[in-house]
Amino acid sequence: MKKTPLWFWQIALLITLFAFWHLFTAPGLLPTFYFENDDKAAFFFGEPLRIFKVIWIWFLEGEIYPHLWVTMIETVLAFGIGTLLGLAVGLWLGLSPLASQIADPYIKAANAMPRVILAPIFMVWFGLGIWSKVALGVTLVFFIVFFNVYQGVKEVSPVVLNNVRMLGASQSQLLRHVYLPSATSWVFSSLHTSVGMAFVGAVVGEYLGSAKGIGYLIHQAEGTFDINTVFAGILVLTVFALLLDYVVTFAENRLLKWRPGQSETI
Amino acid sequence: MAMVAALTLDDISVTFASGWEHSSRTNGYNAVKNTTLQIADGEFVSVVGPTGCGKSTLLNIAAGLLRQSLGEVKIFGEPLNGINTKAGYMFQAESLMPWRSALDNVIVGLEFRGVEKLDAIRQGEAWLERVGLAGFGARYPHQLSGGMRKRVALAQMLILNPKIMLMDEPFSALDIQTRQLMENELLQLWEADKKSVLFITHDLEEAISLSDRVIVLSAGPATQPIGEFVIDLPRPRDVAEIRMTPRFLELHEQIWSAMKEEVLKGYQQTKNKLVG
Repeated sequence: MKKTPLWFWQIALLITLFAFWHLFTAPGLLPTFYFENDDKAAFFFGEPLRIFKVIWIWFLEGEIYPHLWVTMIETVLAFGIGTLLGLAVGLWLGLSPLASQIADPYIKAANAMPRVILAPIFMVWFGLGIWSKVALGVTLVFFIVFFNVYQGVKEVSPVVLNNVRMLGASQSQLLRHVYLPSATSWVFSSLHTSVGMAFVGAVVGEYLGSAKGIGYLIHQAEGTFDINTVFAGILVLTVFALLLDYVVTFAENRLLKWRPGQSETI
Repeated sequence: MAMVAALTLDDISVTFASGWEHSSRTNGYNAVKNTTLQIADGEFVSVVGPTGCGKSTLLNIAAGLLRQSLGEVKIFGEPLNGINTKAGYMFQAESLMPWRSALDNVIVGLEFRGVEKLDAIRQGEAWLERVGLAGFGARYPHQLSGGMRKRVALAQMLILNPKIMLMDEPFSALDIQTRQLMENELLQLWEADKKSVLFITHDLEEAISLSDRVIVLSAGPATQPIGEFVIDLPRPRDVAEIRMTPRFLELHEQIWSAMKEEVLKGYQQTKNKLVG
């Protein structure tokens, strides 16, 4: 007998989940056993078929595209700016023991602070457009990248470093040919988390106040108790996040091919 | 000696600032004491001694990676300040950059010197061929075996044509067959273009079969040379075959009798450290 592929079970699980959801929420399908009235389950939990219809109309009529686009731009900008800042500051503090000792309590304090509370301040500073969301995403991404780069600089092999010095590298060549590649590999190891965080920053920012984006759509629907549209937004976000993760994995495999994989054979 | 020595360590002492279990509260750890050592141009000198006796410290001093506390280092008569640019260094541990392919590792020194890329690649490929790795240039270090990585490191050092080669137990992590193969290849490369070599090892047989001269160090702390032996075995040598000759055995016995006491002393110290 041929072994059933993994994806078969994964899809089967997905369909089962939606079937259960439909069964328990669709009015009149099952006798009520918890809520006193048939429509309440649908009111609280939404109905998959209606959710799909909302999504279908969004994509068919094109209403969703500008919102998706804005969320994506915010995510990409937050990720890019946060990564560059984290890389620069991480390299600087990693290479300068004095600066890192002075900055240490401040870094710890800034990292310990729940950054979502900064969102209102960013809105005052940058307005309701994309930049307040980018700023929130940057504060989330920065620390992940920063700590990884800092660690990466500290953990450059002293033998490799001495070897490169013996081969005649100047200080700037050391930075470019040893510290930077080493730090970059650590940035990549945190890529999944930092892309996810950029996304969180964008959506949370939109949710708290904006005029565009998936977070905005969800917020609007919530205001009118339109639970189906809320769930539709959540589903679109989930699929979007999944696609983003695939892109990251693809980039990672391309750029880190020098890393030992698991027993690779040629 | 009429000719200027390639490398002179003149009355070198090295004391590490505390942080070491040996350090008495005030003075720090005295790793090397009043060591004088000379290597002539084109001479192959090995330094042997018990583990933890400060062999690598001496090598790092000669490389300019470490600064001596007292004494002077001279390279072809010139006092050494900073990194020794006339020397190549081959490390015991993995020293290749894992994010660069074998070829890119070999040519990195040329890149630092601003050699044109195409020219560097041409030279790099020639060197890969010379160390028996033609066609492996695109592989990354993790895709090469331990012996192949050592060959890349050798090519990486030799492509810069250093006058002095400093080698810190470079083959100690290899299995015995690969090791003898590498030793023979090292001798061939050295004989083609005689450089001065300072070779650190704890393996007496390796030292005798490769060198013109073997220097025995005392057990640490405060390591000093305690014996010097000229190896008058004929060249060219095959490291596997020469080990069977009567003269080799004679030399081995001589040097070993000088070393034995120090090895036992070093062993005793390590043991005490573990117990105490």
